[in-house]
Amino acid sequence: MIVEKKLVIKNKSGLHARPAAIFVQIANKYDCEITIKKGKQEVNGKSIMGIMMLAAEKGSKITIIAEGDDARQAVQELERILLSETVEEFDEKK
Amino acid sequence: MRKSKKSKHKSNEIVLKGIPAAPGITIGRAYPLYDEEIRIPRRRIREGLVQDEIIRFKKALARTRSEILAIHKKIADEMGMEKARIFGAHLMVLEDEVLMSEVIAKLKKDRLAVEYVFWQVLEKYIRVLSKSDDEYLRERVSDITDVGRRILKNLLGAKHRSLDELKEKAVVVAYDLSPSDTAVMHRRNVIAFATDIGGRTSHTAIMAKSLEIPAVVGLETVTSSVRNNSAIIVDGNRGLTIINPSRHTIKKYQLEKKRFEKFEKHLLKLKNLPAKTLDGKEIDLAANIELPTDVPSVLAHGAKGIGLYRTEYMYMNRKDLPSEDEQFKAYKGAALSISPHSIVVRTLDLGGDKFLSQFEVPYEMNPFLGWRAIRFCLARPDIFKTQLRAILRASHYGKLKIMYPMISGIEELKQANAILKEVKEELEKKSIPFDKAIEVGAMIEVPSAALTSDVLAKEVKFFSIGTNDLIQYALAVDRVNEKIAYLYEPAHPAVLRLIKTIVDNAHRENIWVGMCGEMAGDITLTMILLGLGLDELSTSPIIVPEVKRIIRAIKYEDARKVAEKALSLSTGGEVEALAKAKLKEAIPHIAV
Repeated sequence: MIVEKKLVIKNKSGLHARPAAIFVQIANKYDCEITIKKGKQEVNGKSIMGIMMLAAEKGSKITIIAEGDDARQAVQELERILLSETVEEFDEKK
Repeated sequence: MRKSKKSKHKSNEIVLKGIPAAPGITIGRAYPLYDEEIRIPRRRIREGLVQDEIIRFKKALARTRSEILAIHKKIADEMGMEKARIFGAHLMVLEDEVLMSEVIAKLKKDRLAVEYVFWQVLEKYIRVLSKSDDEYLRERVSDITDVGRRILKNLLGAKHRSLDELKEKAVVVAYDLSPSDTAVMHRRNVIAFATDIGGRTSHTAIMAKSLEIPAVVGLETVTSSVRNNSAIIVDGNRGLTIINPSRHTIKKYQLEKKRFEKFEKHLLKLKNLPAKTLDGKEIDLAANIELPTDVPSVLAHGAKGIGLYRTEYMYMNRKDLPSEDEQFKAYKGAALSISPHSIVVRTLDLGGDKFLSQFEVPYEMNPFLGWRAIRFCLARPDIFKTQLRAILRASHYGKLKIMYPMISGIEELKQANAILKEVKEELEKKSIPFDKAIEVGAMIEVPSAALTSDVLAKEVKFFSIGTNDLIQYALAVDRVNEKIAYLYEPAHPAVLRLIKTIVDNAHRENIWVGMCGEMAGDITLTMILLGLGLDELSTSPIIVPEVKRIIRAIKYEDARKVAEKALSLSTGGEVEALAKAKLKEAIPHIAV
C-alpha cells in the first residue's frame, strides 16, 4: 500500500528541533518506508540527518509518502505533528 | 578536525558560561584530560577485511551509545531533563540508519578505513548544515560534531590521559571528573577544574571545595574549545571560563583575583554577623538570584534571604514554556534551601532587554516602554496563572513572597491581585495546600508608581525598588545606549527624592520597603540608602559582604543626616562627592 499526503507545515518551529525529533521517533515505530519530499528534495523520514537537510520551516509545502502495510496509520500520526502549532498542542491531542 | 566557532571574538578569546561549583579565580594553562588532536588515517582496506571493518564500526557505535546513555542519565539526575535533552538528540544522530548505511555503502565502494569514510560522510552533512539560513540548524553542527568525535575516539581508541602525568601546575579540563580520575592526581599541581557537565553536587564540585580550588562545571563545550596548554581563566565566582584571554582580560582578572583573596578573609569574619549599624539599627541584607542553583552562593556570602528571584531565566533559551510542575520544583527547592529565610519571587519580567524564544514579540520602537512584564502577564493570564499556581504550591514548603514587576498604577495592581485571588480559590477548592498569608508586593520601578506609592501601599505588604528601570525612566536615559551612559546617575537628586517618597509612603502604611536594583549594591551610596530608611537591600551575592562591612562601620544617626543633606543637593556629582567623603570618614582605607 502506498499512501501519499501533501500538506503545509503549521508547526511554529517547522520540522526542526523537537518536532523533527518526535517525527523521527514516530516514523521509526512503523514498518513502512517513509519518504518526505520538499520541492525536488527527497529524504528518508526515519533519518534525523535527512530531515535536518530538508530545512522545512513553518509554511513549507511537503509530501509524505509511506509504503507498506501500516502506511495509512503512519501518515495519519505523522501528519498530526506537522499540523499542530506547537509540540504541546500535539502532546495534548495524543 | 573542525572546531565550533561560536562565541569566538576577534582576539580568539572564548568566554563560556557554566555553573560556579567552587569559588575563586585561577589564571593558568589548560590540561585537557583527553588529547583532543585526532588524526584520521587514510588507510586502504583489503577486500577480505571489509566485513571486519564493518564490525569494528558497529562495535564503536555500540560503545558510543552506551557512553551517551550514561552521560544522559547522569545529566538528567544532576541537572534535570532540560539539560539532558541535547544528549537525546545525540542519540538520534547515532541511531540514524540512513547515515550509518551510507557509511557502510561507501566503505564497501571505496575500501578505505572506516574512520576516514565515516568522517567524510559526516563532514558532508556538516557542510550543508553550517551553510543553512536557519540558526537552529547551524547550531546542530556542534551536536553532530560532538557525536562524530566520540565515535572517532572509539574507533581509534584515543588515549585517555591520566592525572598522574600532570607534572606542572595546570587547570584540569575534562568532560567530567570521576573519583578514579582524581584519586591518582598530584593534588599540588591541580589549580582549577573546568568541565563540560556536572552540577554543584557533582564529584568535581566536592573535590574542588575540599582542595580549595576554583571550579566551573556544566560548561558544555569546554573540552572541544580548549587545546593542550591553552591559556585559561577559571572564574569560580561567576561560573565563567575564558580560553585564550586577551591581555586586557588577564589584567582585569589579576586585579580581581587579588581583590577576591583579600576580601575572602573579611568574608569569613563577616558571614555570620548581622547587618547592624554601630548604633544598633539592623536591616535585612538579602541577595538576588536568577536560578535556584545560585542559592549556595547566597548562603556562602551570608545574605539573609533572597530579595529578588528573577524567574524569567527559567523561561529563556528554550522553545517551550516551563510547566507548572517544573516551576513548582524550582521554587520549592529554592525555598527549602534558603529556609528559614524568605524569597521574593518576581513574576515573569519579559520584555525590555529580555526576550523569550517562545513568543513572537512584535518589534517595538521603545521596548522598555512597551508590552512587557506585568503588562504581558495580564494579557496572557494563562502563562501568569501557571506561574502563580506554582509559586503558591511551593509556598507550602518555605517562605515565599510574590512580587509583580513594572506596576505603573493601581489598576494593574488590582488586576494582578484579582488573578492571584482566582488562583488561590482554585487551589483551595482542590484542597491543595499553600501559604494563605503569603506576602504580595509591588516592584516600584516606574515613576508613576513611585509618585502614587501612597495609593499602592494600601494594596500590598511590601515594596521593592527596582532602580535599574526607575533611574532610566526618571532621568529619561536609555540604559543600554552607551552614548548617553554619562547621564545614567543613580545619585541624581531626582532619584533620591523618588526613593524618599516611596519609603515614606510605605512606612506610613506600615509596610516594609526594600531595594533590589544594582544601586542597592553601590557601596558608595549604602550610607545614603540606609539613611533614607530602606528596610532591606538586595544585591548580587558576592557584593553582600562588602555592603555588610559598611553597614557595620557606620551609625544610623549619621546616615540619616547624610541622606538629609544629599536630598538638599542639586546634582548627582555633589551627592556622590558627599557620599564618598562621609564613607571615608567612617572607613578611612576604603577604595571608592
